[in-house]
Amino acid sequence: MEFSAFITLLQTSLELGLISSLTVLALFLSYSMLNVCDLSTDGCFTLGAAVGAVFALAGHPLLALPAAMAAGMLSGLVTGILQTKMGINSLLAGIIVNTGLYSVNIGIMGNSSLLNLNKTDTVFSILKNALAQTTLADHYRMIIILCSVALVVIFLTVFLSTRLGLAIRATGDNPEMVRASSINPVFTTLVGLCIANAFTGLSGCLLGQMQKSVNIDIGSGMVTVALASLLIGNSFMGKGRIGKRAIGAVLGACIFRIIYAIALRFNMPAFMLKLVSSVIVIIAISGPYIRSQIPMMKRRFEARSSVTGKEEP
Amino acid sequence: MLRIENISKTFNPGTVNAKQALNNFSLHVREEDFITIVGANGAGKSTLFNAVSGRFITDSGRIFLKNKDITLMPEHHRSRYIGRLFQDPMLGSAPGMTIEDNLALAAGHGGWLSRISRQDKELFRERLSLLRMGLEDRMHQPVGLLSGGQRQALTLMMATINKPDILLLDEHTAALDPATAEKVLELTSSIVSDKHITCLMITHNMQSALELGNRTIMMDNGRVIYDVCGEERNRLTVSDLLERFKEGAGKALDTDRILLST
Repeated sequence: MEFSAFITLLQTSLELGLISSLTVLALFLSYSMLNVCDLSTDGCFTLGAAVGAVFALAGHPLLALPAAMAAGMLSGLVTGILQTKMGINSLLAGIIVNTGLYSVNIGIMGNSSLLNLNKTDTVFSILKNALAQTTLADHYRMIIILCSVALVVIFLTVFLSTRLGLAIRATGDNPEMVRASSINPVFTTLVGLCIANAFTGLSGCLLGQMQKSVNIDIGSGMVTVALASLLIGNSFMGKGRIGKRAIGAVLGACIFRIIYAIALRFNMPAFMLKLVSSVIVIIAISGPYIRSQIPMMKRRFEARSSVTGKEEP
Repeated sequence: MLRIENISKTFNPGTVNAKQALNNFSLHVREEDFITIVGANGAGKSTLFNAVSGRFITDSGRIFLKNKDITLMPEHHRSRYIGRLFQDPMLGSAPGMTIEDNLALAAGHGGWLSRISRQDKELFRERLSLLRMGLEDRMHQPVGLLSGGQRQALTLMMATINKPDILLLDEHTAALDPATAEKVLELTSSIVSDKHITCLMITHNMQSALELGNRTIMMDNGRVIYDVCGEERNRLTVSDLLERFKEGAGKALDTDRILLST
């Protein structure tokens, strides 16, 4: 592979990795902190992309970002209300919202499953024009993405050390304790899910605007990809301080994308992405469990072979 | 202080498993009372605490705390006025968060978006040093690394860092080894008396039921069968207490745990 082609490949995977790292950070909040596996992530990602595209098409590419975040928040609020106020299991609540969002997203996209932004201004095209003929001209995509990721990481680090952030972490860490303290777990769950889904929405919006097209499947499998990235990040950064773990989540997303890009280079078909991410999630979650079982399996095996040994002669 | 008027609670009403855990229970707790509660398993002691702390709403009757009707108040609102320790040391603190974070949550100073202030950090260190467990030098370690006794002592600190109107101790030393249990009990009585906290303590240890506090009540079948304080209580021995139970409940108080711990 030529060096310049390699750099382009690396840059593209980093861009995609950083964009998806926003979703990974969302799961960092909902899955790692709040201990809720939010299965509405796929639909919410598409929702953010759809809202972002519609706003861009209406001539408000900048307004698209807060709008996508607000839409994500609303979706998180619905998921949260279903599981805290209406007695629906949290996994099921996510699946229900995810299913419902499919129709909502098609509706937002004007009864179509594909929106094209080729001739539309996006945040990326705006910055590209602004930076034309400067030394940074080639890096407009990276600048936008890096800024968003940095802002989200800083926000999360600061937020999770406020009283509300601590309450959210405690809700996931020891619900029993939270019930006996003056924190309302319904409130903390709702706030956590709203913020997490706002980031998921932002992630979708940025990807849509960068790709200049949004289709209804843009978010499918996102929750597994993001979970895989989160777990890769965890294995690198372990259990440190919050800021370190958030950066680990971002790194995980980048590493995941780079591995994927390398695999593609070695002629792995593109459709394998989802399978690869599923396998990574399986290994990352089941690995520690299986490792803990190995000594017992060994003892069983040895016991069995020694028993049969005695009986033989 | 705490006035409980005729509360009743039946679990699984209308089924074969129906169990009346509280039966027209009434109790008047005075300011700075330290009441020890004894009774056999299933007597309704923990149910009483759950009713007071709002884990469930009672079927009937009323509960007043400082003359305020809290009968229908949700649990997390009551928690502002009620401190609570459970038997299981794991229940009272968040294992994945640091000692400092746990204390900050318990202290709850400042608004939702405030961060831990320097004064708070100082306050936490100072309070933890009272435990003499060296926890003040481990502020940034996750609570999950502490032993059961340390965690229970920390939980006690968390429950009393803001003076609660009433402190409910549900056999909070029963899961600890005897030496640690002794230490946590000592801490409990010194904190309770220093801060003049009104306190209810469930215990299966008849000896400490009589030694600690100023009043003892005995429960059976969801009601009070014996309530003693003052001079009469001072003269009481463990065997007297067991005798009273026999009179009140019409059966001997003979669970293994109680016999072993006398």
